[in-house]
Amino acid sequence: MSYILPQASSVSLSIDRFFLGSLALCLAFLLLVTFFIVYLSIRYSRTRNPHPEDIEGNAALEVVWTVVPTALFLVMFYYGWTDFRTLRNPPPDALTVQVTARQWSWSFEYPNGKRTGDLYAALGRPMRLELRSMDVIHGFYIPAFRIKIDVVPGRTAEAWFLPRLLGDFDILCSVICGTDHSAMLSKVRVLPEDEFKRWYFSDEAAPPRAKKAGERKEDRGGVLLQDKGCLACHSLDGSTMVGPTFKGLYKSDAAFLKREILEPSAFIADGYPAVMPPSEVSGEEADAMVDHLKTLR
Amino acid sequence: MSYLDRQGQGGLSSWIFSTDHKRVSLLYLTLMTVFFWVAVGIGIAMRLKHLSGSDFLISARTYNALFTVHGVIMVFLFVIPGLPAVFGNFFLPVLIGAKDVSFPRLNLLSWWLFLTGACLALLSLFTGPGAPDTGWTFYVPFSLRTGTNVSLAVFAAFVLGFSSILTGINFITTVHRMRCEGMTWHRMPLFVWAIYSTGWIQVLATPIIGITLLLVILERAFGIGVFDPARGGDPVLYQHLFWIYSHPAVYIMIVPAMGAITEIIPTFARRCIFGYKAIAYSSLAIAGLGSLVWAHHMFTSGMADLANIIFSLLTFLVAVPSAIKVFNWTATLYKGSTDMQPAMLYALTFVFLFAIGGLTGVMQGALGLNVHLHDTYWIVGHFHYVMFGGTGFAFFAALLYWFPKMFGRQYDPKPAYAAWVLMFLGFNMLYGSFMVLGYMGMPRRYFAHLPQFHSLHLAATIGSWALVSGLAVLFGNFLIALKRGAPAESNPWGGKTLEWTLPSPPAAENFHTPPVVTEAPYSYNPKARA
Repeated sequence: MSYILPQASSVSLSIDRFFLGSLALCLAFLLLVTFFIVYLSIRYSRTRNPHPEDIEGNAALEVVWTVVPTALFLVMFYYGWTDFRTLRNPPPDALTVQVTARQWSWSFEYPNGKRTGDLYAALGRPMRLELRSMDVIHGFYIPAFRIKIDVVPGRTAEAWFLPRLLGDFDILCSVICGTDHSAMLSKVRVLPEDEFKRWYFSDEAAPPRAKKAGERKEDRGGVLLQDKGCLACHSLDGSTMVGPTFKGLYKSDAAFLKREILEPSAFIADGYPAVMPPSEVSGEEADAMVDHLKTLR
Repeated sequence: MSYLDRQGQGGLSSWIFSTDHKRVSLLYLTLMTVFFWVAVGIGIAMRLKHLSGSDFLISARTYNALFTVHGVIMVFLFVIPGLPAVFGNFFLPVLIGAKDVSFPRLNLLSWWLFLTGACLALLSLFTGPGAPDTGWTFYVPFSLRTGTNVSLAVFAAFVLGFSSILTGINFITTVHRMRCEGMTWHRMPLFVWAIYSTGWIQVLATPIIGITLLLVILERAFGIGVFDPARGGDPVLYQHLFWIYSHPAVYIMIVPAMGAITEIIPTFARRCIFGYKAIAYSSLAIAGLGSLVWAHHMFTSGMADLANIIFSLLTFLVAVPSAIKVFNWTATLYKGSTDMQPAMLYALTFVFLFAIGGLTGVMQGALGLNVHLHDTYWIVGHFHYVMFGGTGFAFFAALLYWFPKMFGRQYDPKPAYAAWVLMFLGFNMLYGSFMVLGYMGMPRRYFAHLPQFHSLHLAATIGSWALVSGLAVLFGNFLIALKRGAPAESNPWGGKTLEWTLPSPPAAENFHTPPVVTEAPYSYNPKARA
């Protein structure tokens, strides 16, 4: 299945194998039934067979076509269950990352306190996720990894994966969560292990390679706007999203913008809903963000 | 004098206050056809949105309202009332040799409740803060937080539920109490068995959605804290309560459709049904087992692993009775004498499309694979194969089959064949693309899609145009036949069940003298059997 979707995690191989196997079985069923419907309605058409017969049934056939599908279905059930068991049991040496979902962004926090808006993972190293929602139900979905878990507010959800391909893969929200549901996107960026480690133990917000590869801004403020989820609702290019665009927002009043970032409810721009959540931004981070806004003329 | 002509002037009040089961049937048919087309239009609008990334005319908020309203209308106003309200009302009494349903006035009340619920649903779209944007499932806590008109829409579904319960009670009682002389249980046509099984699901499951929806309204109005996690409630509890009804509701939608198919196939194959008892009891088995699989909608919700395993196992088992039906329908063609009239073509197409819907349902019942497929376009494709390819095509097949009896006029078969070609190609292009998109990871309910999904979205949209053109030809043909169709014979297809002993259209109280039944329902060639 790699031609329509990369098999980027350990479990994706066995999920795809199950998919192709059960698809073949189901197609065989379908072709068998379709063949008989087409063949019998031609062979016994009104012109070819003007004198029909009443055949009320056949007990042996009824038993066969009850027992055979039941047996095949039970086999499918078994293999579905074994895959599920794998998905639910993270290896004990997995690195645990805290995931926070909110309308409409994802954020990630590592055991050493690093916080990011994209998820960085090391190739071949298992990662375990503990997911919490700040508002409504979200669905954490990485198609390339074949994993998905609902993030229900009030509960802690759990998922894990082991990346087997380098590269960037989409993180999507799978449960309708409001206006910008389809914009609640992020990436998981799989790095070679040594590169991941170098970044993880450094002061860098993002690994150097990811900076070059992705559309990351060079300065810290731009990275923060991305990582804190601001860009889920505020565009950089002048287009209107849930909140006002950042383009041209700075008009010589840095202190006002800083207060807006730290205390969103203090002032609501005309024509926009009062939905921005209280921030988890330090004063020094807000300064960096405002510095970046100054560049967006 | 037929039921259409009676009461002389035939003004509006002779219809909307009529307790004649046949007139009530046409009241439902009229209202449901209107809503069906509204929801089809919304579906087309959503497909057009995916042609481009712009939000011209359709914004994200509008799009979220569109898929919610499309789902609410299709589910609650077309597919659930579906075949029972139209063909059940018209033919259930006739097929068992009765004058009417057991409680004719309750039957009329059911339609009035349906009308009230439909008006409330419409009201929720155009009043107050606007149409709900939660999806037809109204999952909490989003449905508690959103500012849109959720309470009114949910109340509409609540009222529609009563209509469904009362219809179910009426049909169950009718089958028990109104069968004519000689109509034993095992001589009942299989459509009657299907409607009977459905009646039990309606009566037993619908009250649960009623109370659940009331709790949503109370939660929104007074914050009672049953579902809202901020007040100590549990959102997963809502999902359980919602699906305890809404999964059996899937069988409310499909079992009567299977019943209609079981009438059509023997008539055009001109032989008795293969495996009468297997088909009859598999309807009951579906009604029973189908009540115990609801949580397969929740495999990613975080509920206990043991629950996941049990519900997955039961899900595989509930597929067995449906498979049995498919095999028996196919075997009925053996040594028959098949006349491929439009009704038969649509009925066999139902078997094909329903088999795809059923088999994909089996695949996604497997726990590991379900995690990947849940909440993607795969699911959307799957349930459209069941609900539209299944119930929808069965509805059209039943209309093609019974139209001459209901209206006393015959339609031209040629446009019905042409419509089939358009619909069959368009349908598979549309929903087949959905299934591939789902496997690629396209989540459902997305206003904007990522670039890698675009070409399949384009194919799906083009398919939707073929599909809707086919629908227009089919319905246009019916409208022309209503106006100018040739008078229908009393038994145009050579059917054996009781409705074909009546003139087309039937008289007001169906039978002048109560019929006496002496043999099984589909004995076309009794000599060969002896």
